[in-house]
Amino acid sequence: MSRLEQRFAKLKAENRAALVTFITAGDPDRATSQALLDGMPAAGADIIELGMPFTDPMADGPVIELAAGRALKAGGSLKQTLEMVEVFRKTDSETPIILMGYYNPVYAWGAEKFSADAARAGVDGLIIVDLPPEEADELVPHLRRSGIDFIVLTTPTSDDARLPVVLSNASGFVYYVSIAGITGTASAAQSAIDDAVARIRRHTDLPVCVGFGIKAPAQAAQVARVADGAVVGSAIVSVLADNIGKPSAVSAPLALVKDLAEGVRGARK
Amino acid sequence: MQSLNTYRAGPDERGHFGIFGGRYVAETLMPLILQVEAAYAAAKADPAFQAEFRSLLAQYVGRPNPLYFARRLTEAFGGAKVFLKREDLNHTGAHKINNCIGQILLARRMGKQRIIAETGAGQHGVATATVCALFGMKCVIYMGATDIERQMPNVYRMKLLGAEVKPVTSGAATLKDAMNDALRDWVSNVSDTYYLIGTVAGPHPYPAMVRDFQSVIGEEVRAQIMAAEGRLPDSLVACIGGGSNAMGLFHPFLDDKSVRIIGVEAAGHGLDKLHAASLTGGKPGVLHGNRTYLLQDSDGQIAEAHSISAGLDYPGIGPEHAWLHESGRVEYVSVKDDEAVVAFQQCTRLEGIIPALESSHAIAYASKIAPTLPKDHLMVINLSGRGDKDVSTIAKALGDEHLGGLV
Repeated sequence: MSRLEQRFAKLKAENRAALVTFITAGDPDRATSQALLDGMPAAGADIIELGMPFTDPMADGPVIELAAGRALKAGGSLKQTLEMVEVFRKTDSETPIILMGYYNPVYAWGAEKFSADAARAGVDGLIIVDLPPEEADELVPHLRRSGIDFIVLTTPTSDDARLPVVLSNASGFVYYVSIAGITGTASAAQSAIDDAVARIRRHTDLPVCVGFGIKAPAQAAQVARVADGAVVGSAIVSVLADNIGKPSAVSAPLALVKDLAEGVRGARK
Repeated sequence: MQSLNTYRAGPDERGHFGIFGGRYVAETLMPLILQVEAAYAAAKADPAFQAEFRSLLAQYVGRPNPLYFARRLTEAFGGAKVFLKREDLNHTGAHKINNCIGQILLARRMGKQRIIAETGAGQHGVATATVCALFGMKCVIYMGATDIERQMPNVYRMKLLGAEVKPVTSGAATLKDAMNDALRDWVSNVSDTYYLIGTVAGPHPYPAMVRDFQSVIGEEVRAQIMAAEGRLPDSLVACIGGGSNAMGLFHPFLDDKSVRIIGVEAAGHGLDKLHAASLTGGKPGVLHGNRTYLLQDSDGQIAEAHSISAGLDYPGIGPEHAWLHESGRVEYVSVKDDEAVVAFQQCTRLEGIIPALESSHAIAYASKIAPTLPKDHLMVINLSGRGDKDVSTIAKALGDEHLGGLV
């Protein structure tokens, strides 16, 4: 059983959804980012999404775009991202880590080699924002062989005709992007999320996590009532950005993670 | 290696030219891109659409424009017989309008009311703002803050035409960054917005669609040179940023083996320094919806491009060019900023035609090879646009002394 399957089985037994937290690897520097990553599980993150910094993150809003810029400026790279996962695995062998990013750095690394190297580092899943199912054939077989899940994004524009196409390659979980837009901007109405999650469940048995626009514990709790996970990214990165250079650079974002976790854990009670 | 019967059949049904092209976009955009593809396929096959496109090119753009025999440049180069294809005489002053006419008709057909576009030098922005004015559509243009500064006349033109110009400050604040922001807008306004891409790049079907609309350039050259000289040209030369003017000139001639075809990239300060020559100095990668040659580091991070010409200042190139490069059908070379500036002056002083800095790259390369060619060699240079927009850039590059205190 993969780490992701184990995690979702455990959560199901506890009758609660996952809190999925996002940070960009290497933001604002390697040491701070590593401390934040390592501190996530204790603060209540059930699954961690680690952003692979890229120069041109065209599906991201300003918060994550700036985070990628900071990381790259401080020497961030795909190599460093994998090293951070390796270090994390020395103290945590249970929390799943998903890498999220854009295709070019992975393509430059080489699809086959990247799949093997990422698996060796302890990566469990991969989200490539700009690799739709129509182009995924060149990567997915390598990921499969290495035991890494290919986590697909579905969106409000993925209708019933398109969903089977999108889900054809999916494993691990399904990430529902709740708005047609970029990260960290608008939030979707809860009723729209409820409908969308129900619709996706008619097409797949995989867990469904919901992200984009979730900023506060109460919002995360609402999502956690219907979905198998709530993904929070820009809100955490934003708190980090506000605390760069201060002693609170790690503790402040982790405090938000703790609040979010309480929201998610209390959702179905 | 097996030789191809035709270089003109691409892309395949998934939008690939060899390994290049494709559709590398966020899932939110995929359904819309599939709609654009279907709508374009239907429009392409619809005689009424084609007739309206041709009619607007004739009545509004002013086509066909001349294939002009440049006697003075020919004499100065002292070799090949040089012709200039006068895209600078089009309405709005560049080849960009050809594609914008085609795509605005498509957007109207798809029922879209809001148009977005990105622009580097501003020529595509002006052309887009123009067709939006003509068809009464809302128009938003993304433009890098650096480019806004160096292309102010075009920024005013866009605003006069009713467009909203949104400055982009991320990255180097040039064309690449403007394209990122245009994609962000599209993903956020996917239901009512049409993205009018200005070059032969981006996700399928854009590279093929823009090429088809621009192919009018090469089709006219073919007929015009047959009428003037009774035979095909021996060589074609065009500048390449994304590569739409070049593809428009080249495509109708790709299967004519006797025609030597040359694309000229911007070598900026030099290939070992900052430049924008993606084919000469880059490697295959994925950005902005397609796989193509990109300027990038070993980690796959995209490098900043540099060219004195805002229109060539982009780290990528259309995927069909990448394929023509690898297949060897087209030669891709590069010319530096200072060489383009010299060619700009040469064309202006000898022919009384102020060429765009982009086109000046093509003229500069022609000036290198024309002297080595026989006098009966027929060379066509695409004069993709006029240089009014570039006068302040040129003034800065030349300094006061060259202009006798005019600046």
